[in-house]
Amino acid sequence: MAVPAEEPGKPGRTRLIGGPGMLLVWLYGVMVVGAVSRSAVQIATEFDKAPLAYSLSAGAGLVYGFITYSLVRGGERARRAALVCCAAELAGVLIVGTWTLADPSAFPDSTVWSDYGMGYLFIPVLLPITAMFWLRGSRTRRQSAP
Amino acid sequence: MLEALTVATAVAALALAAWCGWAAYRDQPTKDWHFIGMAVVTLLALAQLVVGVVQLARGEKPEQGTTIFVSYLIGAFSCVPAAAFMSLAERTRWGSITVAAGGVVLAVLQVRLYDIWGG
Repeated sequence: MAVPAEEPGKPGRTRLIGGPGMLLVWLYGVMVVGAVSRSAVQIATEFDKAPLAYSLSAGAGLVYGFITYSLVRGGERARRAALVCCAAELAGVLIVGTWTLADPSAFPDSTVWSDYGMGYLFIPVLLPITAMFWLRGSRTRRQSAP
Repeated sequence: MLEALTVATAVAALALAAWCGWAAYRDQPTKDWHFIGMAVVTLLALAQLVVGVVQLARGEKPEQGTTIFVSYLIGAFSCVPAAAFMSLAERTRWGSITVAAGGVVLAVLQVRLYDIWGG
């Protein structure tokens, strides 16, 4: 988990994991472990029970994994990619959250995104919003301090 | 035994979260004392892991399945050390907040462990 600090004097990537970014990496890391391991167990043992819910959890885990990787890697392209994924994640949690409330019968078992992530302390819905603010701020900071 | 450890670990994790949250509030990074606190919480989680595995070996069954129980035990054990390493890399108040978040996550894991074991 420990991330080596970027070598001093080496020009290039915007560091995305300084300050609040570190907290984001931690929370995303937790969500990766949570979503991926949960869906792995469920898909391996009882996929037929709720295929849609488990596939959605697995997809969410992959998105979380990619965002975590982008944050750790840093740089402008990673920043943009992470921003797009955060938007996708926010859309996912809003759509799936509404879907689970509107049509519970489609989800015999809950997903990471059920009820807007209530089972995960609403972290799934709060995290992308915070991350998007942070990633937008990273660009302005770099422009003001070249 | 396992239940007592679960409660103890949850309380210790919340105390650690409050302590590091206080450090963050005062705009301080984690210090040596905080790392000793993290070590104590990690030791509790390790004891819980050992006791949990021993109970499984003695033939007791968790209510919600052995696989889930063991993965939560491992997750609980690695939670605080991971946050500790990240606070080593981030020597600002944000490192302290990361450890505080780690403590909260561990406390939540303990509640889930309690349910999974069937307490």
